[in-house]
Amino acid sequence: MFGRDEKLSPIRLTAVQYVILVIFLFLAYGLWRLQVSQSDYYSAAAEKNRIRNVPILAPRGKILDRSGRTIVDNYPSFTALLMRDSSRDLNADASLIAQGLHMDVKEVRDKIRHFASMPQFQPIYLKEDITMDEESFIEAHKSELPELATIMAYRRLYPLKGFLAHLIGYVGEVSEDMLNQAQFELYDPGDVVGKSGVELQYNSVLMGKNGSRQVVVNSHGKEVGKPLDEKPAEPGKPLKLTIDVDLQIAAEEAIEGKNGAIIAMDPHTGEILAMVSRPVFDPNDFAVRISKGEWNKLVTDPDKPLLNKAIQAQLAPGSTFKIIMATAGWQEGVAQDLNVHCNGGAEFYGRRFGCWVKTGHGEVDLTKAIYQSCDVFFYTLAEKLGIGRISKYATDLGLGQKTGIDLPQEASGVMPSEEWKLRNFRQKWFAGETISVGIGQGAVTTTPVQLMRAIAAISTDGRMVVPHVADPAGLPPGYLEINHYTDVKNIPIDSTGWNLITDAMGRVLLPEGTAPSAHVPGVDIAGKTGSAQVVSLATRAKHQNNEALNQNGWFVGFTPRRNPDVVVAVLFEGGEHGKLAARLATQVIKAYVDKQRRQPTKMVEKSDGKVEIGSLWTDPGADGDGQKLQGGRFSVNLPKQPLPLATAAPGLN
Amino acid sequence: MARNISFRDFDWLLLTFVLIICALGVVEIRSATLHTKFAGVHIKQLYWIGGGLAGMFAVSVLNYQMLLERVHWMYIGAVASLMSVLVFGQKYLGARRWVKLPGGNHFQPSEWVKLILILAVAKYFADLQQRELSWSDFVKAGAIVGVPMLMVLAQPDLGTALTYLPIAIIGLFLGGVRWKQALIVVMLAGLAMPLAWHHLKDYQKQRLVSFMAPDADPRGAGYHVAQSLIAVGSGGIWGSSSGSQTHLAFLPEPHTDFIFAAFSEEHGFVGALALLLLYFIVLMRLTQNAQTAPDRAGTFIVMGVVAVLTFHILVNIGMVVGFMPVTGIPLPLMSYGGSSVLFMFLALGMVMNVRMRRFVN
Repeated sequence: MFGRDEKLSPIRLTAVQYVILVIFLFLAYGLWRLQVSQSDYYSAAAEKNRIRNVPILAPRGKILDRSGRTIVDNYPSFTALLMRDSSRDLNADASLIAQGLHMDVKEVRDKIRHFASMPQFQPIYLKEDITMDEESFIEAHKSELPELATIMAYRRLYPLKGFLAHLIGYVGEVSEDMLNQAQFELYDPGDVVGKSGVELQYNSVLMGKNGSRQVVVNSHGKEVGKPLDEKPAEPGKPLKLTIDVDLQIAAEEAIEGKNGAIIAMDPHTGEILAMVSRPVFDPNDFAVRISKGEWNKLVTDPDKPLLNKAIQAQLAPGSTFKIIMATAGWQEGVAQDLNVHCNGGAEFYGRRFGCWVKTGHGEVDLTKAIYQSCDVFFYTLAEKLGIGRISKYATDLGLGQKTGIDLPQEASGVMPSEEWKLRNFRQKWFAGETISVGIGQGAVTTTPVQLMRAIAAISTDGRMVVPHVADPAGLPPGYLEINHYTDVKNIPIDSTGWNLITDAMGRVLLPEGTAPSAHVPGVDIAGKTGSAQVVSLATRAKHQNNEALNQNGWFVGFTPRRNPDVVVAVLFEGGEHGKLAARLATQVIKAYVDKQRRQPTKMVEKSDGKVEIGSLWTDPGADGDGQKLQGGRFSVNLPKQPLPLATAAPGLN
Repeated sequence: MARNISFRDFDWLLLTFVLIICALGVVEIRSATLHTKFAGVHIKQLYWIGGGLAGMFAVSVLNYQMLLERVHWMYIGAVASLMSVLVFGQKYLGARRWVKLPGGNHFQPSEWVKLILILAVAKYFADLQQRELSWSDFVKAGAIVGVPMLMVLAQPDLGTALTYLPIAIIGLFLGGVRWKQALIVVMLAGLAMPLAWHHLKDYQKQRLVSFMAPDADPRGAGYHVAQSLIAVGSGGIWGSSSGSQTHLAFLPEPHTDFIFAAFSEEHGFVGALALLLLYFIVLMRLTQNAQTAPDRAGTFIVMGVVAVLTFHILVNIGMVVGFMPVTGIPLPLMSYGGSSVLFMFLALGMVMNVRMRRFVN
């Protein structure tokens, strides 16, 4: 018992003091641990907190045609963002935001909810590629809706209506699998890369290099003060194509509404002047983000709009193959003196093979066989040559192999031979199969670009070029050497032979030929029609109304007949007869010739801008009865008004 | 009892150290809020300190014996005010802690209840006239603190409720608790833990989880802890020149609960240690005053203040350096906030009151 005023036990009070001391030592240890022993770690963490690398996006290079006209450009595209550091009730503003941005209120609220658990400094991406009036809505509501913001990024602007779409390709965000490949290892997620066409093939030229800016940010991600360091972006380099926009327009117009492909090439250099494939997709759909539904539609379409048929369609070449047969026959000395009597068909190896002219062609030599496309002649030639020799020449001319064109995913086609059949089917070659190959049927399949290259070689003294779409002059050093775009291989072809063959091809568009309706007055076009069965004739008879089984029309032609400037190949799917394909080809050839003719280069232009022309006229003689021929040269000040040419690809000027 | 008290016996030394800490607090509040919407609150803090000083002097001249005589009325008043909060309180951030007073002021009674509890516990133990505590006394003492504690828990305000606990503990310890009793109570508390966990609010559970594993969700509940550790750690020995954690607003609540982290970032290990030392001096000086108190009740009052102050410092700085979970308990004398400042100065007023009467007998 102790009194009310008795002091407390001093031991317990001292104990309390020691407890306090222990607590303070414990706290001091906590400070020492953070501020002394792990100070470096936390300093780095603070640095990482406040210093952020903001990428500066590099715009992709433009794509230009051969004379520098714009085909693919960039445009500034704005994305609407919702910043969450302002102390506003986002859900309450949602309906006004939705109205201004033409969105669904539910969609806006869903996005806010979806981002709710993410860090506050991360803005919500509301809508990509907003329109001009949506942009001005954000601008006009700066004070009412301070949480709205926009960021700008350059996006690809492609020509309208899928102009040149297959060749250009499209871009998209780099995918997860791409990032795992060695060639894309330097890319970051979110980078926009080429996914097909030249966008893919020349991605490294077009892409440029993103820059970066080191900035100090606060906890809301807002930039504070001046950037610490800035590395500017290196814009992508422009890519100049060999495409001629005028010719491309002609080709696109020619094939509009049909399925197939058209390619035009300079046979001396391999420069592709035009390339179309139909049906087509709109690459602008890919420039922002293609919806799943649209993508599925493109992928499942039986007409395969994503396929570039000019380099990817592998089809029987039909009668166009006869030019290769003729060359092989001539080189082997078989075709020169071959005369065949065609009565509408002939029997080989115990089976009757019909000619497409049921009544027969009568007496046929090589020339007539070409312009009349006599099947019996080529059956006979094939029998005499045998598959081995046919295959050798066709292979020399590039059939059954990729041409090496600078576009991704080129198909190789098939040039059959005895070894090929043994290897792929473990079967012996039947001699009867050779007869079908003689008219471009059977197992032989080619791509339009392959066929065009072979015919171009025959028309230019055996000059085998590598087709290419990019102007070699504009490419970075090393590109050409690696990719061999300008390599030329010479196939020895006897000059009398190719002269005779091309002369015969010149008669194809004359009244005696297979495509007189494609004739263009005043233009010297040589070519060869073809129509190739998709299925056997028997199957076709059963499905008469099925358009998918219609024969494919082919035409490969060039102008002029000697030393041609341009070679054109046309695949008209379901076009039934080669003469229809020929009409498409001649439209392109005519556009080419017309353009050449209106180029002022053919006149002698003087330095003062005047044009010198010569003229002849008659004068009545002094006595009135005789006439005197006068001649002279005049310098005329012609108002130079060239006929209008396209200034850029459609939709880009 | 003669009225021979004088301000000569006032603890001017203690007051000096207290005011140094307050001044550091005001400077740090200014620095931490300079570019935020709270800019200028350090001036308000100065007013609170001024008001606190006035309150301290006022309390110090009242005779604490007189206060202890009336403590049962005060205790009833405290319970009633807590009840009124539960009934009429303003719901703010999911808890009823404030009563709106006419004139636009908010009043948080749970802070004042602490003062009354210190007096009530002092009175209870001073009246007990035995060296060792019986079980019934133990339970009664526990109930004095336990009832208001449960009411604050119901608001719910776990942090403030916990600050009542040291009042009971110090009272029991100095009042002669037996080791066996202490052990049994600790074990019972341990058994009750899972039950208590079940009753915690979701945000309280989250805070505890984030304390156990702050990296588990660095942008969520662990964010405050992680940013606080970075702020303190990046201060290094001499302080961070940029002070970016505080000034770029990575550190949450840098002028209230995390003011020690802001101070540590700016002044480094050396500055933080000096500040700890100041607190230690204040606490040692207080215990010294407790020893020289004229009677048992005076010692209990002063030690009650010591217990509350120590608990606040331990929990707040422990939270800042990552030893304790986030509880929302301010750092006394430094953190911005009227209730906290006024409580501290009124508590000091009671200490002064006791000290000035040390020669009364």
